[in-house]
Amino acid sequence: MVSGLFIIITSQNYIKKIVGLAIFQTSVFVFFVSLAKIIDGTAPILNSTNDVYSNPLPHVLILTAIVVGVATSALGLAIVLQIYKNYGSIEENEIKKVELKENN
Amino acid sequence: MNFLIINFFLISILLLTTFYIFKTTSLISVVALTGIFTLVCAAIYVNLDAVDVAFTEAAVGSGISTILMVMAVAKLPEGKKNELLNLFPSILLSVSIVIVLLLIITNLPLLGDPNAPIHLHVTPEYIKESKSIFHIPNVVTNILASYRGFDTLGETIVIFTAGLGVIVLLTSNTLNRKTKFKKKVKK
Repeated sequence: MVSGLFIIITSQNYIKKIVGLAIFQTSVFVFFVSLAKIIDGTAPILNSTNDVYSNPLPHVLILTAIVVGVATSALGLAIVLQIYKNYGSIEENEIKKVELKENN
Repeated sequence: MNFLIINFFLISILLLTTFYIFKTTSLISVVALTGIFTLVCAAIYVNLDAVDVAFTEAAVGSGISTILMVMAVAKLPEGKKNELLNLFPSILLSVSIVIVLLLIITNLPLLGDPNAPIHLHVTPEYIKESKSIFHIPNVVTNILASYRGFDTLGETIVIFTAGLGVIVLLTSNTLNRKTKFKKKVKK
């Protein structure tokens, strides 16, 4: 999880930053789902042979969150494409150079 | 015990993948590695008895998002050799967050403990009642579509907004910064 954050902060490349964000998200999801686990339980689909089911509530929340996560990363990619159109680069330091040039 | 060994194995694969994502500069391989990362996460979900989540992660997280990223990367230039920004403060931040999280984790109930507070409220009723009310054996579906239907409605609104945003961003030409810049100079 923290490695995702690390990638977001240290990378120059915007695509890599978005990937870091996705890693961050997914690891939080894994943590959430791990809270729902019960030892000797099965998936929460009711049947006659089993009594113990893992907790379905975190599963539902994470289902929603996964889809929203993909929507956010799609939006991020669209923004990166727009940045490339306008600046001709997706590296942070190069964009900074362009900005400095125009301001002077 | 078997379950824990499999989990450790999968999580070590995750760590390895993250390390290579951090190291590689080629964008297309970063995208492929992200696909691997989410697929391994789907395997972890199956191991944690979250079958529905694993389905969604494999289809949406690993499928659709990888396709979107490949489409975006195809229009972008190759990644350059990256010199790392803010290396020292980010290491400091990461290490301090890890320490705080580890401190918090010691207060959590053990993995798979059936008497953890999360398993004692609300969920027993969901599991007991949902079959007799909705006649569907899958509890996750029942909660998603019926008990918490408004949540799902809100999620659809979020996705709709994101889709609108993507369409607006990709089709607009008025956002072009350089033409604006030139106009300012002319004035």
